Amino acid sequence: MADTSHGAAPGAESAPGMPQLDFSTFPNQIFWLVVTLVILYLILSRVALPRIATVLAERQGAIQRDLDKAEELKRTAQDAEDAYNKALADARSQASEIVAEAKADIQKDLDKAIAKADAEIAAKAAESEKAIQAIRDSAAKSVAEVAQTATADIVNAVMPNAADAKSIKAAVTARLKG
Amino acid sequence: MATEEAGNGFNIHPMDQFEIKSLFGGGPIEWYSFTNATLWMGFAILAVVLLLVVGTRKRAIVPSRSQSVAEMMYGFIHKMIEDVAGKEGLKFFPYIFTLFIFILVSNFLGLLPTSFTTTSHIAVTAMLAMAVFVAVTVLGFYKNGMKFLGLFWVSSAPLALRPILAVIELISYFVRPVSHSIRLAGNVMAGHAVIKVFAGFAGALGVWAALPILSITAVYGLEVLVAGIQAYVFTILTCVYLNDALHPSH
Repeated sequence: MADTSHGAAPGAESAPGMPQLDFSTFPNQIFWLVVTLVILYLILSRVALPRIATVLAERQGAIQRDLDKAEELKRTAQDAEDAYNKALADARSQASEIVAEAKADIQKDLDKAIAKADAEIAAKAAESEKAIQAIRDSAAKSVAEVAQTATADIVNAVMPNAADAKSIKAAVTARLKG
Repeated sequence: MATEEAGNGFNIHPMDQFEIKSLFGGGPIEWYSFTNATLWMGFAILAVVLLLVVGTRKRAIVPSRSQSVAEMMYGFIHKMIEDVAGKEGLKFFPYIFTLFIFILVSNFLGLLPTSFTTTSHIAVTAMLAMAVFVAVTVLGFYKNGMKFLGLFWVSSAPLALRPILAVIELISYFVRPVSHSIRLAGNVMAGHAVIKVFAGFAGALGVWAALPILSITAVYGLEVLVAGIQAYVFTILTCVYLNDALHPSH
């Protein structure tokens, strides 16, 4: 009380000093402060803080779960991509195999066809050869006949009765050969 | 002071706002009287309940604004204790959080015009500081036994200096609750008193009242800052003292 009354006008109950140093109010303030703090502590430690801690932990858990899920999904996608790539590669190699097979088949068919055609051509050529030979033979024969007739005619014209057909024929044949 | 004011025609009573008044019945203030201090402590409880209990009632994964603030405070104090006093300090988290939230909310409630600021009273802050001081001292001896006295024996100093340092350390240890409490009450009280003085000027200056009103606005902004910072300072010092009790080696 000494401090409060120090700056106060004498006799004035509400001194213009510092109410902070009015010790008569101390027990009151301290009592209510203790009450307040106890109530606050009970509210905080029983309700508010555990609740906030739970919420924070749950959020952390949720975030972790989501991250894990995302990781898993990413792995699944990766697997799918790998499978796709593998399937693609398989299909490619299979396709090239099929192409090679088809190529071989076609080549075989082609070879066969070419061989057949070659044989046919050869047969035809032989036939033609024969025909040409025959034509050539008959032509040669015709030439000989024409030559004999012409010779006989010439001989008859030059010297009638001078030769017989037999000797003319022999002479012409000898000439044609020579 | 009173005569000076009367001489200038001013009628400024910057300290009246801190007066403790019995709200019912009047008369002398007994320890159980319901005073304006009681009322505003009750409002502090109400504000804390609104913010930390009602505000978090949805327990949402994506927090609302009030839940977000509550979580921020929780994380802020939790991290502060862990950083300053280590993991063992977390056992005292509810106590420290109680101190922090009471001082913070009281400081901010005190900034409402015509309100009463409970933390501007040395009785309140000294009680808080003494509670911290006694708790930390008892805890220090309980945890470390006589080794707690090693806090005063600076083993890194030259041997000859150690007794002198021990005396200084001892004095500084016992001055802790004083500085701890006066820092808080002084800061809060000074700001409120300054605002009140400016308000008194404004009432007497007529047109020129704009000047003190601007000053009030500026000081009020500063006071909002101080309200938060002093709650923070009180709490972090509590953590520092707690750390000394848990790990007294220098």
